[in-house]
Amino acid sequence: MFGYYFQLGMRSLRRNPVLTALMVIAIGFGVAASMITWSVFRVVSGNPIPQKSGRLFTVLIDNRGPQYNDDGEPPEALTYTDANAMIRAHKAPHQTLFYPISLAVLPDGNRSLPLKAIGYATTADFFGMFDVPFEYGSAWSAQDDTRRAGVVVLSHQFNEQLFGGADSVGREVDLSGHIYRVVGVTRHFDPKPRYFDLFGGSAFDDPMQVYIPFNRADDLQINTAGRNTCGGAPDTGVGTGREGWLRGECSWIPVWVQLDTPAQVADYRAFLEGYAAKQQRAGRFRWPPNVRLRDVTDWLAFEHVVPPESRISLVVSIGFFVICLVNTIGLLLAKFMRRSAEIGVRRALGAPRGEIYRQFLIEAGTVGAAGGVLGVLLTAVGVGGVGLLFAPRIARLAQVDLPLMALTLLVAVVATVVAAFYPTWRAAKVQPAWQLKSN
Amino acid sequence: MDIKPILAALRHHKGGTALIALQIALTLAIVCNALFIIQQRLDRVGRPSGVQESDLFVIQNDWAQKLAPAEADARMRADLQTLRQLGSVQDASASNSFPLHGAGWDNFVRMSPDQVKMTTDSAIFFADEHTLATLGTRLAAGRNFRADEIGSQTGNDPLHARQVIISDGLARTLFPHGSALGKTIYTSNDQSPSTVIGITGTLQSHLTELWAQPYAYNAVLVPARLTGDSTFYLVRARPGQLVDAMRQAQDALYAQSRMRIIPADGGVMTFAQARQRAYDADYGMAILMGIISAVLLVITAAGIVGLTSFWVGQRRKQIGVRRALGARQRDILGYFLTENLLITLGGLLLGVVLAVALNLWLVIRLGSQPMSPLYLAGGVLLLLLLGQGAVLAPALKASRVPPVEATRSV
Repeated sequence: MFGYYFQLGMRSLRRNPVLTALMVIAIGFGVAASMITWSVFRVVSGNPIPQKSGRLFTVLIDNRGPQYNDDGEPPEALTYTDANAMIRAHKAPHQTLFYPISLAVLPDGNRSLPLKAIGYATTADFFGMFDVPFEYGSAWSAQDDTRRAGVVVLSHQFNEQLFGGADSVGREVDLSGHIYRVVGVTRHFDPKPRYFDLFGGSAFDDPMQVYIPFNRADDLQINTAGRNTCGGAPDTGVGTGREGWLRGECSWIPVWVQLDTPAQVADYRAFLEGYAAKQQRAGRFRWPPNVRLRDVTDWLAFEHVVPPESRISLVVSIGFFVICLVNTIGLLLAKFMRRSAEIGVRRALGAPRGEIYRQFLIEAGTVGAAGGVLGVLLTAVGVGGVGLLFAPRIARLAQVDLPLMALTLLVAVVATVVAAFYPTWRAAKVQPAWQLKSN
Repeated sequence: MDIKPILAALRHHKGGTALIALQIALTLAIVCNALFIIQQRLDRVGRPSGVQESDLFVIQNDWAQKLAPAEADARMRADLQTLRQLGSVQDASASNSFPLHGAGWDNFVRMSPDQVKMTTDSAIFFADEHTLATLGTRLAAGRNFRADEIGSQTGNDPLHARQVIISDGLARTLFPHGSALGKTIYTSNDQSPSTVIGITGTLQSHLTELWAQPYAYNAVLVPARLTGDSTFYLVRARPGQLVDAMRQAQDALYAQSRMRIIPADGGVMTFAQARQRAYDADYGMAILMGIISAVLLVITAAGIVGLTSFWVGQRRKQIGVRRALGARQRDILGYFLTENLLITLGGLLLGVVLAVALNLWLVIRLGSQPMSPLYLAGGVLLLLLLGQGAVLAPALKASRVPPVEATRSV
């Protein structure tokens, strides 16, 4: 029967090409608008590390106090003093800290101009905690951290640029006038959003190219290439220059810990409270401990990582799709009721209501499928042109893939069939006797 | 026109009537808010920067090695010297940031050293005696910096600025009654005072985010070169020589020293490009909302045409009877126009509620501004006209149904 109803449906759709085209276009545009904005939204609102987002925590300590903090919240990163104290204390199974750096690869045989290299100064634990995949070699060791070694991990893309993609482990690179030995090359590593560096506002920025030990960068006095926030508290008597700044209360180093069990989380929280209490006793903080331990999802929500534009456009697009569906309901109603006589004949000849339902829902399904196909085409075109609608760094997140295309088709068909329930119900209610009666 | 029979007829088409009304309601809700968003975004994009934007460009310069502060300062001075001597260049200046750049240095501003809460937040632009001329920003009061006042500092030092020039936006925020000239303000964490020696005309901050809207026109010009790993050179080309100047400036800098990085992507950028970058999310929203509104109005109109045509087809016989009983063509036309008007009005009533609700959601969840009732009024009018326009063709068709239709059997 399905095949027969499908044929009937096609015939009926051909009978009013304008009405049919109108429905198909409405569904196509509606579903495409929703899918284009969804293709961006699913990335910006996604969980970038689902397998351990509940076990990674960023550590925040209020060093500004109730008068100067941000509505009771500690700054979004730690000071040099606190960050180093957290790493030295080593109270979590894994802990890391980092800050963005911008270095230069000096000219050599192939290049006449220096090449910029952006990256992080961090610790060995960074790579394991954030699941950085390796193509060659591995992360540096904890000993390299303590030896303050001149070692470097390159990104796949940067290794391509410097060494033509060859296994460069053991080779040397001159970064801003200092020699580093390559210990590892990562595979493509570009979590979106880059949850661990929300403080720097680089959730959707280009992937990093080099990673060097924090202690090494500290020895070389490499400045942060990222954000530095000092708050509004008076900061007197710490002196000038780098030393004064490091001793001062400016926040610029994100710290992350990995805590695998609730007990570890509780212990770490207690340690953190204790640390802040000790600072209070020492007279550095003149307020009771105010600390936070936020996991990845908590942190993403707290930092409002989803751009408002993405949320607004998704809501408006879905609203648009709903209107297109309401429109379709109306048109299907008109179309089905026009065939009351036909329905009457079928019912009089013994077709139960269920058959009428089946026939008209299949017909609606064909409209939905046609709309879905148009929607897939429009989505593909629209995602290509999404650069017009969002900032480039957001727009490039939009990808047309098989799941998105399948979803487009599915949503179109399901939504249309659901929308067709009311008109079909009306059609099934047609009284055979009424229709057969001659006027 | 007597509306009683129309209402009676509508009762027989509850489904279709409700659908059209619902569609109009939803369309009103979306279109009002979309138009409001478009207007808001275009307002932001259209704000003046206070900079003479044509002929101005920006070079991002990263040093390829770590330089001691004195060394970096000497190189910046040499670079500026070189740039200013180019034939196609009118003036040049170094800074840490510039209006609309997005990233930069902002500090709290206070009126006294022991004040706890800030009075306002302001962009800090490092500047020299050429900065105002390079930007093309007017000096409204006071005087410009002198060459011998320009110092240098690193980003790690607390801001030290004994004399500052401030934007008129900041001046009016800090001193709403009376002139800011000669007054003392506090912009540094180390609580050192700064005396206002000059006030510019309009000058926009580097901050373009929505949260920074209240501070968008606050800027403090500090007489120093900020020495660090990188700097911006703002360069004003001689009128009409922008393209030449951009090429020559980059070549001249590399000729001076190759130990620098001027990024291939956006390393040399016209101010127009910087403006485009600052507002691309706003342009995008405006375009998206525009497309959605336009398609929505077309689809709603088409839906009205479709359903009304169906009703006309369904009621040919009744129309014929009415015509046979003496109704004129324009009575039939009036009937359908009035019917549509009633449905549209019903939909708009619901739509106003939905539109306000959607706007409320935007305000609460996304910090948007409340919509002016003018948009609601405009939207209502637009949809009334749209409804009447869409119903016109089927209504005209109905009015042409001949009276003889009454006598025809099915």
